[in-house]
This record gives sequence, C-alpha cells and structure tokens, in this order.
Amino acid sequence: MNLIKKKNISAAPCDAPNAQHTAENFSSLLKYLILGVLFGIVFVKAEIISWYRIQEMFRLQSFHMYGVIGSAILTGMISLQLIKRLSIRSMQGEKIVLKDKEFRKGQIYGGFIFGLGWAITGACPGPLYAQIGSGYTVVLVTLLSAVAGTWVYGRWSHRLPN
Amino acid sequence: MDQLINWIVQPWPWYVAGPLIGLTVPALLIFGNKSFGISSSLRHMCAACVPANIPFFHYDWKKELWNLMFVLGIAIGGFIATAFLANPDSMVIAEATQQDLAALGITQYDGLLPSQIFSWENLFTAKGLVFFVLGGFMVGFGTRYAGGCTSGHAIMGLSNLQWPSLVATIFFMLGGFVMTHLLMPFIMQWVGF
Repeated sequence: MNLIKKKNISAAPCDAPNAQHTAENFSSLLKYLILGVLFGIVFVKAEIISWYRIQEMFRLQSFHMYGVIGSAILTGMISLQLIKRLSIRSMQGEKIVLKDKEFRKGQIYGGFIFGLGWAITGACPGPLYAQIGSGYTVVLVTLLSAVAGTWVYGRWSHRLPN
Repeated sequence: MDQLINWIVQPWPWYVAGPLIGLTVPALLIFGNKSFGISSSLRHMCAACVPANIPFFHYDWKKELWNLMFVLGIAIGGFIATAFLANPDSMVIAEATQQDLAALGITQYDGLLPSQIFSWENLFTAKGLVFFVLGGFMVGFGTRYAGGCTSGHAIMGLSNLQWPSLVATIFFMLGGFVMTHLLMPFIMQWVGF
C-alpha cells in the first residue's frame, strides 16, 4: 500500500499538470471557478457544445468548428511564445513550467476510440459539463459513463499496449 | 446597451469564440502555473471517489481541486448562457448536414442537441445504450488512454508545439470521421431510427 502510494505520487498525475508550489486555499481556487464560468458561456454561445455542430464538422459541411479550434490554437501558441520570450511569471511569482508530452501508442489507440465517442455523443469532456448546465440533464449519464471509462482504463492500463 | 445585449444573445462567430478559448491557456498558467486540460477532471473524480487501490488513481487529487472547480464553472456557465443569454432564434444548421441527418432519421432541430436522441425516455433503450452509455465510455476511456482530450492535446499540446499531441489530434479526427461516415448509418438503423 505504502509502496503503491510512493511510486505514484512521483508519477505525473495527469495531462493537465499543476506545477504550482504554493498551496491554494478555497478563495484562491475561486478564480478557476470564475474562469470556468466564462469558458462555459463561450461554449454555449458559440454553439460548440451542439451535437449538430460536431456532425457538421465531421461531414466537412461547415467551417465553424475548424475556425474555433484553429484560432484557439493560434491564440494559445502566440500567448505561450510571449510567456516564454518575456519570461512572464505566474501570479505567485513562480516560473511558468511547460511539460513536454511523451509519445505513447495510447495517443493512437486511445485517440481513435475517443474520436468514435466524440462523434456519437457530440461532446468532448469540456462540453459534457456545459451540456448538463444547459439543461440536458440526461448527459449526466454520459458523464458518469465517461468516469467509468476512465476508471476501467486506470484498472487495466498495465495490460494495454502503450 | 440594447445593441450589446442583441449582440450577446446572437450565436458567436468562430473568430470570437476561438481566441477566447485560446486565452484560457495563458490565463491558467498565469493564475497558478496550471496546464489546460479537462479530461483529467474525470480521473480526479475516480481518484476521489473510487480509487480502489489502483495505482493509477493514487495521487494527491486534492492538489488538483482547481480542475474540478474549473469544470463546475463550465456547468454553471452553461446554465447562465442558456437561462439568460439564449439565442431567441433556432439554430442554423448547414443545409447539407440537415439532409444527411434526415436520411439517418434525425428530423428535429429544436435545440443544441437533438431531442430525438438526448432525452431521459431514451435511457433504457438501444438509443440510450449507444449514445449515452457506450459514447460516454469511449470518451472517458479514449481520452485517458490518449493522455488528454481536445483541450489537453489539440489546444494546449498543439499550442506548445508538441508532436505527440498532433498524433493524438489526428486520431481524434480519424475516429470521428470513421464513426460519422462508416459506422453511424448502421448504428442509427440498429437503434431504431
């Protein structure tokens, strides 16, 4: 038990690593809630949580989703360049850490499986939450199923090609 | 003021939404050295609720509470946008998509999601089994196996010029195309459309 714990605390916990050293209390966490709220509003107002928009995208019948994803990446890229070149620090004064992603076969197999699910649910993980908030409460079932899928991966990941 | 409200309730074009979404990347880094990614929230829920002695779920999930706050915010944002800023007109869907979907049996366009699929009545039917249970499972299993979703790989990863994220993004799209063009016609028939 102890061994398991020790081994995995050192492992990178997720794809969204939190590199901050300073501890955060509840009020400090509130800013992520507010950022999430703004993000959710954009999701709904740009209709990217719509099942129909995802269908349009995969049928190559509308530029909308490609425009959203493409301009988001471009904005992110420019921002990261500015952060790197101007050595911008975090609000706590820490040096901003960007971890490199390692290639694994999972990006191929897992990516493909996610794509299959993306086309039928009409949602990636972020939009799932916005769909629920928008009143499509049955999407809670999709979310629970996604949690189950994550759990099953965690349980049997050591047996999967990676 | 009226003009502003009129503008807000309209659907937002891609060149407004995309940059706003992209700005989340520097915002999270500057707020607290956090890399953008949403599918990790699913992992944190597993770690917090059912770790079941699985090494993959034994880490300090409390340090990642920010991610759960962020997704809670997304749900609240979804509620605010729908309850107070909703588009009064019905959604405009590409003519060609409407025709394709009609051929598959989707004929109602009354919201952001088709009510013919996404309703509680369908939960215990073949439609529910495929679109919620199986679909959700593939989203959760696939993103974790791939180490991220559209936010972690396509936006954060590509912004940071990570080639493994490019591989993941290509396969996200490939999976979507295969489902839409090759499997969907059979699935729709099977679930009774």
